[in-house]
Amino acid sequence: MGNPNVGKSVVFNRVTGTSVIASNYPGTTVEFTKGSIKLGDRRVEVIDVPGTYTLEPTCKAEQIAVEMLNEHADGDVVINVVESTNLERSLNLTLQLLKRKIPAVVALNFWDETKHKGILIDDKKLEQILGVPCVPICAVTGEGVKQLVERVKEAKLSEYDYEDEERWHEVGKIVEKVQNITHRHHTWLERLGDASVRPLTGIPMAAMVMFLAFKVIRFIGEGLIGYVSEPLFEKLWMPVVMKLSAVMGSGGFLHNLVIGQLIDGEIDFGQSFGLLTTGLFVPIGAVLPYVFAFYVVLSLLEDLGFIPRLAVMVDTLMHKLGLHGFAIVPMLLGLGCNVPGALATRVLETRREKFIAATLLSIAVPCAALQAMIVGLVGEHGLGYLAIIYGTLLAVWVLLGVIFNKTVKGESPEIFIEIPPYRIPYMRSLLKKIWIRIKWFLKEAVPFVLLGVLIVNLLYTFGIIQFIGKITAPVVTRVLGLPQEAVGALIVGFLRKDVAVGMLIPLGLTIKQLVIASVVLAMYFPCIATFTTLVKELGVVDMLKSAGVMIVSSLIVGGLLNLVLP
Amino acid sequence: MADTEAFIVSLVQMRPGQKGKIVEINGGYGLTQKLDTLGIGAGKEITKVSGQLMRGPVLLQHNNTQAAVGFGMASRIIVEVHRKDKK
Repeated sequence: MGNPNVGKSVVFNRVTGTSVIASNYPGTTVEFTKGSIKLGDRRVEVIDVPGTYTLEPTCKAEQIAVEMLNEHADGDVVINVVESTNLERSLNLTLQLLKRKIPAVVALNFWDETKHKGILIDDKKLEQILGVPCVPICAVTGEGVKQLVERVKEAKLSEYDYEDEERWHEVGKIVEKVQNITHRHHTWLERLGDASVRPLTGIPMAAMVMFLAFKVIRFIGEGLIGYVSEPLFEKLWMPVVMKLSAVMGSGGFLHNLVIGQLIDGEIDFGQSFGLLTTGLFVPIGAVLPYVFAFYVVLSLLEDLGFIPRLAVMVDTLMHKLGLHGFAIVPMLLGLGCNVPGALATRVLETRREKFIAATLLSIAVPCAALQAMIVGLVGEHGLGYLAIIYGTLLAVWVLLGVIFNKTVKGESPEIFIEIPPYRIPYMRSLLKKIWIRIKWFLKEAVPFVLLGVLIVNLLYTFGIIQFIGKITAPVVTRVLGLPQEAVGALIVGFLRKDVAVGMLIPLGLTIKQLVIASVVLAMYFPCIATFTTLVKELGVVDMLKSAGVMIVSSLIVGGLLNLVLP
Repeated sequence: MADTEAFIVSLVQMRPGQKGKIVEINGGYGLTQKLDTLGIGAGKEITKVSGQLMRGPVLLQHNNTQAAVGFGMASRIIVEVHRKDKK
C-alpha cells in the first residue's frame, strides 16, 4: 500500500515478476491485482492495490485499497511503499497503517532521486523510530528489491504510538530527525514542469504535444501497415489461403466460412469475410499497427508525467461539461480501448461525474480499432472527410457534456490532484507496458473479431440480416440514408466495431454514406466488452439511461448529417 | 520589518512564484481533509506555482509535493504573504 503514484505497481511487478500497468500519474491502478512470490519454501500471495492518501477513502479506487486492508487484517504483511522525495506526506499514511497493528515493511522508493534532489535520509534511524524494517529501493531499476523481499520476513507490529490529531506533528518530528535537505539548483526537468503548467507557455506546449502525438501515431501506424502488415498478408499469407481455397473447392458453405467469398476469383482481405482472411486481417493487419502506435505514444506521455499537467490545462473546458480536468484520463485511455477508459472513471468522485464521463466516453470517443478502420476506409477519399467525422464526434462530446452539465443532478467537485515531477521514462518498463497492452489487445480482440466474422456469415446465410434490414428500413434508410444491408454492420458493431466497419466495404457506399455510417457506428452503442464494464461501473439504472442517450443522440446526429452533407 | 509588510490574501490572489504561509482553510471538513492528506494546512509554507486563465485551477507547492486545486478551493485557502511595500 502507499500514496498514489509512489510506484506500488512497479514494486509489485519487480517483486512478483507479473505485469501490471504502471505510469507516472496518480490513479493508474484502479483495481487490485494478485501475484505470488516464493518466500523460503512457501508461496506467498502479493496484492497490488490502488494508491490512497488516507485510510478514509474519498473515491472508489481508494475504497478498494482500504477494503483490501480490512479483509487482510489477520496474519498478513503490508508492504508500505513510500516516496523518499516526499517523505513527510508518505509517512502520514505510514503512521495510519502502523496504528492498525498490522505487521509492516516500509519500502523507500525513488531512493536514487533523493540524491539528485539533495535530500539525505537516514534509513537506519527511521527504522529505529518506526520499529519496522525500512528498505531503500529504486523500483524501476530493481535496486534494493531483493533486500526488500528478504526483509518481509522481519515485518512486525510497530510500537509507535501517537494521538490521531497530532499525526502531522508526529510526522514533522520524525522527518526532522531523519531527513537533511541540502541546497541545489533546479533541474531542467523541473523548469520544463513549471513551464508546462503556466497558461502562457503551457497551452501552446499542450497543443503541440497533442499535435505531435497524432502525427507520430499516424506515421507509425501507416508505416507499419504499408511496409509490414500488408506485405506480410499479401505476400506470405495469400498463397497459403489461396491454396486452401482451392483444396476446399473454391466455394460452398464451409469454404465461405473459412475463406469467404472470392472476388473475381481472388481473395480480398478486406471483403472476403472468411475467418482466415478478413477475420485475421482486420485485427492483425489493419488494427494492430494503429493500436501499437497509439500505445507507444500514450505510454511515453504517461511515464513522462504529462497527463496530470494536461488535466490542469483542460480543467476549465471540462468544467463546462460537468467534469473536471482529471476526467481527461478516461477519455485518453478510451482512444485506445473504451474498456480501460471505462475502468478509469473510478478516479472520479461522484456518481454524476462517472455517469457523464462514461456516457461521453462511449458515445464520442472512438477506440483505436474503430479509428484504424475508419481511417483506412474513409481516409482514401481525402482528409476532409476524416475531419468531418472527428469534428462531428468532438462537437457531440462538447455539446452533450454541456447538456449533461445543465440537466444531470448531483455534484461535480473541483479538480484536486497531485502533480508528479517529470521523469525520464525507464526504457525497459516502458517497453514492458506497451507489450502488456498489445498482449491484452490480441487476447481480447482477436477472438471477438473471429466470432464477429462467424456471426456475420451465419446471419447472412440464414437471411437474418436481410430480414432485420427490412424491418428497420424506415429508420436506417429514411433517417440515416444508408442502404438496408448496413443494418448488418450495426448488429455486428455491438460485438466489434472494427469488423462492423469492415462490413461496409463490400456495400459500395458513397462517401457521404460512409461518413454517416462511421459516425453512427462510433456513437450508437458501446461494444459488448465496454458495455459489460459500464454496467458494473455505473449500475444497471445509470447504464440504461446512458444507453438511451446513445441511441437517441446517434439517430439525431446521423439524421442531421444526412440532411446537411451534400 | 520596515520594507516588507504582511498581507492576508487568498491563494488565488497570490502571484506565481510567490511564497507564503497558510493562515487558515476557509472551507468545510471535506476540503480541509483533502488538503490534509497532502500535508497542506494552517501554518504550512507554500509556493504558488501558477494559476490558469478563466478561473482555472491553481498549482501550489509544499515541500516536494505539487498539487492542482480548483479555483473555488484556492479562493478558500487563506495565505499570509510578505511583499515589498509599493502602494
